[in-house]
Amino acid sequence: MTEPATAPARGRWKFWLTTLLVFAVIGAAIFVPILRKRMKRAAQLQQQSEEQARRELIQPVPMNPSDPRVKAELFWLSDADSSMLAPVVVELPLSSDPVLRSKQVLNTLLAGPVDVELRTLPPDAVLLAFYILPDGTAIADFSEALATSIPSGIQSEQLAVDSLTHTLEANVPQLKRLKILIHGQEVETLAGHVDLTGTFAVNADAGPSPANPATGPAVGKTGAFLVPPLTLSFSTVKLAER
Amino acid sequence: MLLDVENSRRLRFLAAVGIGSLVVGGAVMAFALETFPQTQQAPPGAATLPPASAATAGQSGTQAPAGSAPGSQPAQSGLNIVVLDPAHGGTDPGARGTGGIQESEITLEFATGVRRALEQQGFQVVGTRQGNENPSFDDRSAMANAQRGSVFITLHIASTGIPGTVRVYVNSDLPPLTAANGFIPWDLAQAPFLGLSRKLGDLVQGMLTHQFKGSPDIAQTAAIRQLRTTAAPAIAVEVSSVVVNDRADLDHMVPGVAGAIARGVAAFKPVYAIAAPSGAMP
Repeated sequence: MTEPATAPARGRWKFWLTTLLVFAVIGAAIFVPILRKRMKRAAQLQQQSEEQARRELIQPVPMNPSDPRVKAELFWLSDADSSMLAPVVVELPLSSDPVLRSKQVLNTLLAGPVDVELRTLPPDAVLLAFYILPDGTAIADFSEALATSIPSGIQSEQLAVDSLTHTLEANVPQLKRLKILIHGQEVETLAGHVDLTGTFAVNADAGPSPANPATGPAVGKTGAFLVPPLTLSFSTVKLAER
Repeated sequence: MLLDVENSRRLRFLAAVGIGSLVVGGAVMAFALETFPQTQQAPPGAATLPPASAATAGQSGTQAPAGSAPGSQPAQSGLNIVVLDPAHGGTDPGARGTGGIQESEITLEFATGVRRALEQQGFQVVGTRQGNENPSFDDRSAMANAQRGSVFITLHIASTGIPGTVRVYVNSDLPPLTAANGFIPWDLAQAPFLGLSRKLGDLVQGMLTHQFKGSPDIAQTAAIRQLRTTAAPAIAVEVSSVVVNDRADLDHMVPGVAGAIARGVAAFKPVYAIAAPSGAMP
């Protein structure tokens, strides 16, 4: 007597269960891509906020007007030949402290010359950190834009590195080598070509770091593309705004 | 009996719905997993925030195989093989021009022309990639380091420079080798070959400059990652550039570049043979 009554009830139960499952699958099909997009956006925001936090912590070192004004040599592309670097003499109030002085000249170098076509480094690249080891090795940590915004190629990447090393060599005699980090990390290449696993010679007399004999491509002299200096007074140089 | 048939149909219907749900659900999850953002992957290279680790990073401690020993590699064989490396490929397109030109595609096209010209000069050519793959720097170097009597040429297209010019690069100076066991540390594999690389680079650059006016007279120096781990005379050839308005401008350069490289390598062959008896140490 009970069987005819329970069979339809079981059928309805199975029907509702099946319907529920189908709706769950459809819901998942709609929700998963949305979830994926939200996670991607959250990851990007987190990355951006980390970069922003570092930038806020490490503001560009301001020039102190009370520091003595010196003629600093900054290396950008030559006006006559864009495959070479040319020193531009700029009068700047520079600190005597080598770390502060290095930050000041590198920030000026990153700001770029008057003619934006002659810049060697991407306009959105930022110096995040700079410190000097006791053996004279300088560690410069740049934002990811240095690697992602630079034109890819052996020539462009080598000129970018040369502009950094030559500028430091001309203005901070205490430095011997330069190690370049991107966002706090050692990377294999700058943008697919130039080797960043080692250190670059800043002072021509400096050899590879004793602690790291397997690295240290000496670029200072051999990689230099130099032409006679162009002298400008600071008042005539309008630095490009970032 | 009728009830059994009805139940059987219902069961089959439920089974079909269940399997269908699983398939749809599985497909959705597979799609979601496949396209899930890879933001949590560690970037290449070891973390080097602490200054001490930054200064010591980059030493793998590995060594090149015995065949790469500077005194033994080219001494018996002479130059017969050219390892040709079309740079980039796969997920790494290299330099990109405004007209959609990708360095990885153009280098492959140049490699085809250079291979043909080298084979006409009697050289055996080994390619590091045949299609749109992206072997690592070390994998490409390993292909050259496994050969005896070879030179290595990596082909690049720049995103800067005067269009229609070609530059040859050799690796920057490397620290002198100190190992006395005849092995070359992998990270410094290029060190004993820098002199030969410079000779090869100057010869190839001379041929290219004769063909493409405005190119430099001699090979340039740069810290090129690909060359550092290559235990053979090794050069990079970089053509300008991906920013040309018409890809045909680059296509027209292929025969000239290929012929100049082949003539340069052929001119280098006797230099290489002379250098070999006293060891490859330049």
